[in-house]
Amino acid sequence: MTADTVIAMEHVSTRFGDHTVHEDIDLRVVRGEILGLVGGSGSGKTTLVREMIGLDQPSAGHVSLFGEPLDRIDAEALAALRNRCGVLFQGGALFSALTVFENVAFPLQEYRVIEHALIRDLVYMKLRQVGLDPGVATRLPAELSGGMVKRVALARALALEPELLFLDEPTSGLDPVTAQAFVHHLQGLHRELRFTAVVITHDLDLMHDLCTALAILADHRIVAQGTPAEVAASGHPFVTAMFSGERGRRVFGAMAP
Amino acid sequence: MTRFEPAGYRTHNDEQGRVIVVLTGHWTLRGIEGRASALSSRLREYARTSDKVVWDGREIQSLDNMGALVLWRLQGFMRPGAVEVRPEHAALYERWSRHEAPAGDVRPPRIEPLQALLSMARGVWSHMLDFTALLGQIVLDSGRLLGRPSRIPWKDISATIYEAGVRALGITALVGALVGIVMSYLSALELQAFGAQSFIVNILGLSVLRELGPLLAAILVAGRSGSAMAAELGVMRLTEELDALSAMGISQTVRLILPKIVALAIALPLLVVWTDAIGLLGGMVAAHITLGISIPSFIHTIPSVVPVVNFVLGIVKGVVFGVVIALIACHFGLRIKPNTQSLGVETTNAVVTAITAVIFVDAVFAIAFRGVGLP
Repeated sequence: MTADTVIAMEHVSTRFGDHTVHEDIDLRVVRGEILGLVGGSGSGKTTLVREMIGLDQPSAGHVSLFGEPLDRIDAEALAALRNRCGVLFQGGALFSALTVFENVAFPLQEYRVIEHALIRDLVYMKLRQVGLDPGVATRLPAELSGGMVKRVALARALALEPELLFLDEPTSGLDPVTAQAFVHHLQGLHRELRFTAVVITHDLDLMHDLCTALAILADHRIVAQGTPAEVAASGHPFVTAMFSGERGRRVFGAMAP
Repeated sequence: MTRFEPAGYRTHNDEQGRVIVVLTGHWTLRGIEGRASALSSRLREYARTSDKVVWDGREIQSLDNMGALVLWRLQGFMRPGAVEVRPEHAALYERWSRHEAPAGDVRPPRIEPLQALLSMARGVWSHMLDFTALLGQIVLDSGRLLGRPSRIPWKDISATIYEAGVRALGITALVGALVGIVMSYLSALELQAFGAQSFIVNILGLSVLRELGPLLAAILVAGRSGSAMAAELGVMRLTEELDALSAMGISQTVRLILPKIVALAIALPLLVVWTDAIGLLGGMVAAHITLGISIPSFIHTIPSVVPVVNFVLGIVKGVVFGVVIALIACHFGLRIKPNTQSLGVETTNAVVTAITAVIFVDAVFAIAFRGVGLP
């Protein structure tokens, strides 16, 4: 294993009762890349990501995060590893009883940053980084639009300056303009902060614009992995259907097989 | 892997007598952890004591927003651009120069006592308004439903009767029996002292049928179903189900609130009868053990010593308690705002208010019917 491997999954299988979700999956995420995890609805993308952070245990196989095996790790070390990760949940998962400011400040306070002035500056910096007006800081999550919730959730995920970012459908439910702006922001942040990211998505534009690598989850396995061009050339029926559909052609153009 | 070096610094003097502060290690959130103020106050000390300080940031191994901010906040104490940093860190460091946090604090202002009193009064007023509106809506909708009986939500009513009534049989039986036994044992001791053992039937019959049965059943139902009803409505608000229902043109009162009121008005009096029966049974068994009063003779004596109006009064109380509990639970349930904290607060309020209201109504009954059914 090279030092540049951030996540390594080896022979991972997941079963819920009789229902097999993953079968013998091997996946490697390299430092600095943005891996798009793509697959049909119900193909177990979110479960795979939960296994990467150690929220769920696979039925068989090994997962290691930053070179540490997750099946042989004590709780404290796991918490330290998770501090290096940021997660953007699909629905935002903002704490509904806390204001936007308190939501973003929460991980900082948990991380023993006690100086109020520091927290204030950092929180407003994060909000600006994700393109939010400082005026929203006092609002409650219920008073935000869908796009704003995603941005606040991203600001919270970025609060601890994570080396590894998990994004679960970051653009789902956003209008095309907002989604485009969101992707643009992520690109800028990636250039600046140089994090590694795993992105679950169905959004072809996002795959095209943001992802440096793609992994296709179909038939319980990773059927193709590599740069978008390599994946497009793999010829698996799911990939072909996705890239050479009407929308796929429009986004990926000549790349489609 | 090299050891993780936390944020730090070392100092030395150069030949021109200047103090060189070399910043070392990881100036990141992890590298600084809880030491931000300690670090910056020590560094500020250097800045203050000598005007010939050179800040060298080229040995900083990694820098993030946090580290850059801590350094930036020292800026006021040194010459502009005084920190020399590696080019890859420059952008991060420079960014704070363009950053301005809005003035003013985001923490809510302190609340003055008078304001607190005012907002409390406003709260009470809004509760009264909401409750009146709810009552009015229910009356209007019931009137409309009477014109079209086919629209009455029978299924919801029967489901709620099962949920709030049938499933409460176990707990009301247990509590009823225990209280019957306790009453019986306690009064048996006193009655034996006066040689008035046979009066145990009067005491048990009157207290269980008139007071304890209805009150115990109502308090248990308020705790069980009151919280469930309030939380159900609250979660429906959280998940926008209430809005979905309205958008389909379906009245919330007809589909959600009316069934609960009707169901409790039916289920609670039935539960009262059940609790009465089990409470008396517990008392009878205890009386048999302590005073040797046989169970058949106990059953024979009850109708002659306890007027039947007490039993009827208990059932009427059950109906009123049921309506009160359902109304209060729905009132608080509808006030739940779409956040987790409000869900907890209002559900608690619903239960506490419902139990208090039940006891209050019971007191009203006791005063109003003081001349009825008592020897």
